[in-house]
Amino acid sequence: MSNAKPKVAFYWCASCGGCEESIVDLAEDILKVVAAVDIVFWPVALDFKKKDVEAMPDGSIAVSFINGAIRLSEQEEMVKMLRRKSGLVVAHGSCAHMGGIPGLGNFWNKETIFRRAYHTTPSTDNPDKVVPLEKTVYDGKELTLPSFFDTVYSLDQVIDVDYYLPGCAPPRDLILNAVTAILEGKLPPKGSVLSPNKSECDTCDRNKTKPEKLSIKEIKRTWEIILDPEKCFLAQGVICMGPATRDGCGHRCINGNMPCRGCFGPTDQVYDQGAKFLSALASILDTNDEKEMDRIVQSIVDPAGTFYRFSLPKSLLGRKRMETIK
Amino acid sequence: MSNATFEPRLVGFLCNWCSYTGADLAGTARMTYAPNVRIIRVMCSGRVDPQFVLKAFKEGADGVLISGCHLGDCHYKEGNYKALRRYKLLSKMLEQFGIEKERFRLEWVSAAEGIKFQQVCNEFTEQVRKMGPLNLSPNGGQHE
Repeated sequence: MSNAKPKVAFYWCASCGGCEESIVDLAEDILKVVAAVDIVFWPVALDFKKKDVEAMPDGSIAVSFINGAIRLSEQEEMVKMLRRKSGLVVAHGSCAHMGGIPGLGNFWNKETIFRRAYHTTPSTDNPDKVVPLEKTVYDGKELTLPSFFDTVYSLDQVIDVDYYLPGCAPPRDLILNAVTAILEGKLPPKGSVLSPNKSECDTCDRNKTKPEKLSIKEIKRTWEIILDPEKCFLAQGVICMGPATRDGCGHRCINGNMPCRGCFGPTDQVYDQGAKFLSALASILDTNDEKEMDRIVQSIVDPAGTFYRFSLPKSLLGRKRMETIK
Repeated sequence: MSNATFEPRLVGFLCNWCSYTGADLAGTARMTYAPNVRIIRVMCSGRVDPQFVLKAFKEGADGVLISGCHLGDCHYKEGNYKALRRYKLLSKMLEQFGIEKERFRLEWVSAAEGIKFQQVCNEFTEQVRKMGPLNLSPNGGQHE
């Protein structure tokens, strides 16, 4: 077996498909990857089935890249199987890393999400009030669907994860570095996030435009002002998650003149990205007058959804209290 | 658990210079008050990271108190103003998580206000007792 190529699997759970795209975006570099490894499972691109993976001996896949959060019993089953079959598991992208955008579902539960999706959206046309059921008998045959959890989980809340590739989606240089490190066996300690451990502001080009002391009198949403293409977003009064977000993304949003939304998650020193950003933002609000503070706080429309846009399942509280959801 | 037998578990972050000394005064003056607040001394109310508050709730607190010097009296000039701004924003955010704002309290207690500290502890304990336990699952989002 010594000259056999290492086996690699790619899998997706609750995700948009952007992380699959990030692998395709390796463009010609993917040929180098393909030359060095055997891809044994990749539902989005290759015709291998679950039974093919089941037939492999445990531990025979060198590394599985899994993207997406865990929201369905089917996803749980698949990732537990891939964990058994794999030497290494890499959480690929924000959703696997921290729950990501689907993780915002943790402000609701199954009942309220189903009510909204199948009954009350303006575009829903469902006069018979049909909802997906886990078991249906049709024509004498029993049909089944996976169960839908009340809570969305990050990958490491369901299986043991070796490394994290952050980002929505992870940029190509980080993916290539990760693949190279795995192939060469030059890996950092288990549990590492494969991106620099410093905040995004550290390398931000706009840092030099940041005043000595940042202070905000008015919070503005991106559509309310014409954004200056060079000035620090926070100095413009626009919420930018940069101070509480890990670097390594290549500043794709900022270069597109949009503030950071926090998809890389926090640095190693921080437990809870949202709380840390809340702390930073509140301390630069430029007023010591209580009424004025109330007014500014009022103008932050959805603090939890903004500060935990990508990290709600991995936050300290994890989700909204179930008994308070109506 | 009925509310009559329910003893709220409260965590109090008290600043070193005013509120902790105020609590000390309540103690040395032998005032009687509800023992429910578990005191954690910090150097300044502005040192209370919102992560501390969330962690307290996550690990079983039914209520969290932050107490510092009166506005204008901060030993570090304006740490308590920062605490106030954070408190307002965090209260709003906690409600989005289903944690009522009555479970999270900010008070100014000076080193001379042992009586006020006694009142705050009694009031807050009764307020949270009426609301009942918070019942956050200690393992947070962990999948079972």
